[in-house]
Amino acid sequence: MSLWIWLLIACALAYAWKLMGYFVPAKLLENPRMSRVAGTMTIGLLASLTLVNAVASGQSLATDARLGALAAAAIALAVRAPFLLVVVLGAGTAAVLRMLGWN
Amino acid sequence: MKLLSSPAVRVGLSISVATGLYGVSFGALSVTSGLDFWQTMALSLLLFSGGSQFAFIGVVGGGGSGVAAMSAATLLGMRNGIYGMQLNALLHPTGWRKYVAAQVTIDESTATSTGQTDPAEQRRGFWAAGLGIYVLWNLFTAVGALAGSGLGDPKQWGLDGAAVAAFLALLWPRLKGREPIAIAVVCAVATVVAVPFVPAGVPILVAAVVAALIGWYSHGRSDEGLEPDVEPYREHHHRGADHRHAEGQQADGRQRGKGVSGVDT
Repeated sequence: MSLWIWLLIACALAYAWKLMGYFVPAKLLENPRMSRVAGTMTIGLLASLTLVNAVASGQSLATDARLGALAAAAIALAVRAPFLLVVVLGAGTAAVLRMLGWN
Repeated sequence: MKLLSSPAVRVGLSISVATGLYGVSFGALSVTSGLDFWQTMALSLLLFSGGSQFAFIGVVGGGGSGVAAMSAATLLGMRNGIYGMQLNALLHPTGWRKYVAAQVTIDESTATSTGQTDPAEQRRGFWAAGLGIYVLWNLFTAVGALAGSGLGDPKQWGLDGAAVAAFLALLWPRLKGREPIAIAVVCAVATVVAVPFVPAGVPILVAAVVAALIGWYSHGRSDEGLEPDVEPYREHHHRGADHRHAEGQQADGRQRGKGVSGVDT
């Protein structure tokens, strides 16, 4: 139940960000520092989420089939594969590696 | 028919299909991360921002708390506020349209709109991509969520690997140049170092703080990382690593708009 509450707060705040853009004075747009923070934070968060999902297992680090998925996705992206194909290749690689016995 | 002959509408619709389709992967990953069908749908209907949605379920799936999931999703949504300012200056929506426009202000609709030079085309591109993606993204989220709940053990299908691939795919288009790559590496290292010491979900917030500090104290492009995660206009041109103004992305997008066609992502 408490997950619902945080989920709805996240939804409200996401809309608040978007709406704020339409209501703050255009002057703020001229503040390159805030734009930069928004941008660097996007990069940092996505990099962090990639790694957490690849090597974190609760509060410990693990090297398992997910690393294979990471490598497969990187190769697919390097040859400009579309998003959905990258995701499918990630899943397939992890599944195959597990079948071969690498957890 | 006249509408379909608009280049911005055509690009908007093709990007809607491409983006909408990967709603399947979000829906499937969400239910296997422990959210139920309606929680998954609530994220797509109400939160409606791919990166933030994946962040929310990524934290929950990794055992993080609801607060951590909410925080990660919210920090990732900040860029939509910047897009909103750009689009407001570009399209000047009035009345209720402002509130609808806000909800469909995401990477893809911003990129489609700012890639056009003609104000009417900018408007059409924004609405075509925004509303088109909204409808298809929700439709395919539902498909994925229903399919995902019938899969059984998600690990057997490598769905945890799918999540890793999805995040890397969201990050990848933003890594243009040395600086964004350096930021990504620093934040990745900070994450890995933090994992054993703080509760699940918190390492992501540590990385967010590190990234924000880098952005605040270093001097570089003001639109770093605000490259939308799609490239709706196929014509690529060299992006210099020069220092640019806040309007940089917009001006740049206008140049790109000359080679209108197809979808890249």
